[in-house]
Amino acid sequence: MEDVEHIPKKVKLIDEKGVRLDGRRFDELRPIRIEAGVLGRADGSAYIEWGGNKVLAAVYGPREAHPRHLQDPARALVQCRYNMAPFSVSDRKRPGPDRRSVEISKIISEAFSAVVIKEQFPRTSVDIFIEVLQADAGTRCAGLTAASVALADAGVPMKDLVTSCASGKIGGVVALDLNKDEDNFGEADCPMAVVPRTGDLVLLQMDGHLTYAEFQKAMGLSLDATRKIYEMQRDALQRRYSTTLEEILKEPVAPAQGRPEGSTDSIDSEFDMDLGGAGGP
Amino acid sequence: MSEEIVSELMRQYVYRLAKAGQRADGRALAEPRPLSVQTGYVKTAEGSARVKFGTTEVLVGVKMAPGVPYPDTPNSGVLSTSVELIPMASPTFEAGPPRPDSIEIARVVDRGIRESKMVDVSKLVVTPKEKVWIMFIDIHVLDYDGNLFDAASYGAVAALGTTVVPAKTHGLGDDFALPVEHWPVSVTTAKIKDLLLVDPSLDEERMADARLTVTTDENGDIRAMQKGLSGSFTYDEVKRIIETSQQVGASIRPLLHP
Repeated sequence: MEDVEHIPKKVKLIDEKGVRLDGRRFDELRPIRIEAGVLGRADGSAYIEWGGNKVLAAVYGPREAHPRHLQDPARALVQCRYNMAPFSVSDRKRPGPDRRSVEISKIISEAFSAVVIKEQFPRTSVDIFIEVLQADAGTRCAGLTAASVALADAGVPMKDLVTSCASGKIGGVVALDLNKDEDNFGEADCPMAVVPRTGDLVLLQMDGHLTYAEFQKAMGLSLDATRKIYEMQRDALQRRYSTTLEEILKEPVAPAQGRPEGSTDSIDSEFDMDLGGAGGP
Repeated sequence: MSEEIVSELMRQYVYRLAKAGQRADGRALAEPRPLSVQTGYVKTAEGSARVKFGTTEVLVGVKMAPGVPYPDTPNSGVLSTSVELIPMASPTFEAGPPRPDSIEIARVVDRGIRESKMVDVSKLVVTPKEKVWIMFIDIHVLDYDGNLFDAASYGAVAALGTTVVPAKTHGLGDDFALPVEHWPVSVTTAKIKDLLLVDPSLDEERMADARLTVTTDENGDIRAMQKGLSGSFTYDEVKRIIETSQQVGASIRPLLHP
């Protein structure tokens, strides 16, 4: 959104054959890769690469809500902080929240409030942190999609995952998932987020100029795309937890070897041996 | 940063192990954790490095921008280092303006780079007194498992080593690699009672009485030091720490430049 210097003003964003600058057609997503459980400290985390976007999401909680006066005696708070690293854009962004990131944080918090089963955790807060490491338009959609996986990774009860995508208009054509150049020079951008199981829209924004018919076309593209992204989110979680299960099953077969005495591992294996002894014949 | 409580059981466990020359993760007392450095990670930055030091993870981006030099150094480029302890990285980090912890880390990293003359700042002048290149080193802590001083420093050094000055974009001639001349390496040692542990893990750091960071250059000369926490060192301990820092530094240096 910020840097415009390297593109001439009258660039053709989509040619006569319907091919975009990066070679995609109007209804194609950029490549997406999602990984769950990437950070050690956080209760849940996820990493997403979406075209040129690189975004990390982490979840802490439900934990004691801070500041305390915000605590709700009936339900948990869902608080999101969306933040861009200073080096994530071509002109260095000054560290700390600006008006744009405060707004995005607010609408993402509200989107997740719709799916988290907050009544189970009164007086607590579910804290979602989204860090944009490299930006290429569509960071809020990428962040929201990753944060959703991070919430599931943290074991926070939800009605469903939330899946997000944007569509817009470039060179007079309604197109899916705009990249940075398309976002800078296009006519409209419309990010949305949906609860795939129910079809409820939990985030919707639009800027630019769309006719009602174009809006419906854009929403159609986004909804189709979220079905694909939803599968990628589920796949990331399955990959994460199927591996862990394999590891758990492997554990008793291979006892800790070559570790120093008194390490945490050998304490664990002593514990295992005790259990084995008690259950033995 | 040390707001988390360490149980007495953990304290005794770590100390007992260390007394026998061992550590919970299997390392020797003078052994740093495995270090992996991935440079060129952020395409929007002029130089970047993602560093995994054990399970501590740090992402460093370098941005270059033309700006006005300080009046007392009209013929030098400017170095500006900041550390963000983002709340993603630890349950004890909070959002908000930089707090003393992150300012100390930024200043220690900055000092190592500045005092070792890692970058030849005289080559970053466009017009003397008017326009020079400013190096913004932004250190983003992603996962905090102890010893941010060294992880941040390694990330910053590796990122600077790959930085290309975007002169063309700013209409100031051809792009050129940042003039890097030295490779400072910081090594942090924690003192727990009478024992010295190189590269403290989170648990070790939380129960440490004192901390000493020593930055050495490729000749083994000392370029920066910082003692932290409320405990103290004997002079003999300081000498031992410096000798270890020279050795550990020499083993880490090849990992920082391509």
